[in-house]
Amino acid sequence: MTYRTARPWSERLLITGGIAAIALPLGLLLFGICDVLREGFGQLTWQFLTGYPSRSADKAGVLPALVGTLWLIGLTGLIALPVGVGAAIYLEECSSQGRISRLVEANVANLSAVPPVIYGLLGLGVFVHALGFGRSLIAGACTLALLVLPIVVISAREALRAVPASLREAALALGATRWQAVRQTILPLALPGIVTGTFLAISRAIGATTPLLLVGALTYATFLPDSPRSHFSALPTQIFSWISPPQRAFLANAAAGIIVLLLTMLLLNALAVILRNRLRRRFE
Amino acid sequence: MPSSWSNSRHEPRARVVSDLFGVIGTRRWEELIELALRGCASLSVLTTVGIIAVLLWGTIAFFEHVPLSRLLLDTEWAPLSAEPHFGIGSLVAGTALTTALATLVALPLGLLAAIYLSEFAPPLLRQMVKPALEVLAGIPTVVFGYFALVAVTPMLRHIVPGLAGFNALSPGIVMGVMIMPMIASLSEDAIDAVPHGLREGALALGATRLRCIFSVVLPSARSGIASALLLAVSRAIGETMIVPIAAGQRPQATLDPRVPIETLTAFVMQVSTSDACDGTPAYHTIFVVGALLFLMTLGTNVASHSLARRARRRAQ
Repeated sequence: MTYRTARPWSERLLITGGIAAIALPLGLLLFGICDVLREGFGQLTWQFLTGYPSRSADKAGVLPALVGTLWLIGLTGLIALPVGVGAAIYLEECSSQGRISRLVEANVANLSAVPPVIYGLLGLGVFVHALGFGRSLIAGACTLALLVLPIVVISAREALRAVPASLREAALALGATRWQAVRQTILPLALPGIVTGTFLAISRAIGATTPLLLVGALTYATFLPDSPRSHFSALPTQIFSWISPPQRAFLANAAAGIIVLLLTMLLLNALAVILRNRLRRRFE
Repeated sequence: MPSSWSNSRHEPRARVVSDLFGVIGTRRWEELIELALRGCASLSVLTTVGIIAVLLWGTIAFFEHVPLSRLLLDTEWAPLSAEPHFGIGSLVAGTALTTALATLVALPLGLLAAIYLSEFAPPLLRQMVKPALEVLAGIPTVVFGYFALVAVTPMLRHIVPGLAGFNALSPGIVMGVMIMPMIASLSEDAIDAVPHGLREGALALGATRLRCIFSVVLPSARSGIASALLLAVSRAIGETMIVPIAAGQRPQATLDPRVPIETLTAFVMQVSTSDACDGTPAYHTIFVVGALLFLMTLGTNVASHSLARRARRRAQ
């Protein structure tokens, strides 16, 4: 539709409103990021990156939280990736339209909208207490894995569905069993999509503060976690603990911590893109 | 495209697997794998069962010590003090207030953005704006909390007289900005799904474009838009970081957005960072609050899904 006449004022008003509605939140984001950079950049020194929390703001460091978050990324991925892909394969390939798959499907849709704080309570009740993991890295990773699982399942299903049906049929026609067709034909092709989806899901999860606080992430750790059973601290909980105290001095630490957290997320996203391109090239 | 299927990289592993077939038989092997896959799929159902079980367990333990009437009728919420009060109403009021503020910000902004993007924006801009808004949705909430406390509250204190350092207004606005991309993106999909014939019919009958949008397009897309709104509201109810950071932690039933309040989620955070001992009623309160949160978000989610289904049916 093309209009040659001038737009009436009411239409122009609506367009201005629309542009403002998009610009306002993005502007607020930019303003906030600038604020974080201004406050935190001076604090972002080598000493901050390799130091331990301290009672005085200018000596405090972020190392235990950073290491804890890296552990969480690894463990969460190790748990969520196989389980999520397994569930997706089951839903896409094994159960055609059974009652189970419909139940699971409705469940996944609902779980993806359950607030993180509920997952925190689940982790506290099941992993920390019932299974006896205690307030450990593995309890945190299990909780985060459950949190990202719906997203991993949904993105893995999309990736599996994007594989042309003709390939599956060709594999089966050549005498492959169902699992052989999945493992050798469908999965390799869907892998780029699956990996990207999982990385994006995990990069969101490492920003989740509430579940980690509930399963007992420390806000003052003076040691590095060395096994899945050890106590831990994580970037978002560390940031939260620097925002809460009344002393303004710690806010600079919080800002610097936010820069580190956002950079970690950015790195994960970049890694996802690189991996996807690599895998694509391998199979094309 | 995939001409290199049987490339050498796969062969060694394939041979190992076929050796395994020799040991336990292809059919058994297939069955085992399907069992494992089914286990993975049922883990999601188990998660739901686990959530309900944990919340129920805590809630029952709580009601062994505190009668329901004290939960509903008390007007004060102070479960951690020496003389505990369990009037959950003031927390619900706090959640309602911040959620309403967030919706007031997010709904008009999100709708305007969606209308602009689907009806007026050049395609290139549309392609750029959607990912940018998604970035906004991916920022950790603790960062939004920092924005609210450090950037937005001081700014608002210049404008709004009598605004306390901790207040409901600033986190409400920031939360609105946080959920706005969700409303914009989902509403845009809904508006986009309205058949072109309807638009063209309205325009052919002489309606202005504005008239066409407000009398034809938006009403046709209303199920989808309502579904988006409910999903965003559910997200605002469950939001856990902005409010405890920027709204103070003082539970009170008030409609005044200028004073400190506490929400359901903020209370759970408060307990998890305090030293409430396992097994005390104060500790069990977080499960009661969690159960209420779960029911509230479940309700909005289910309503949102059924509206979305209706929207899909209408589009067909």
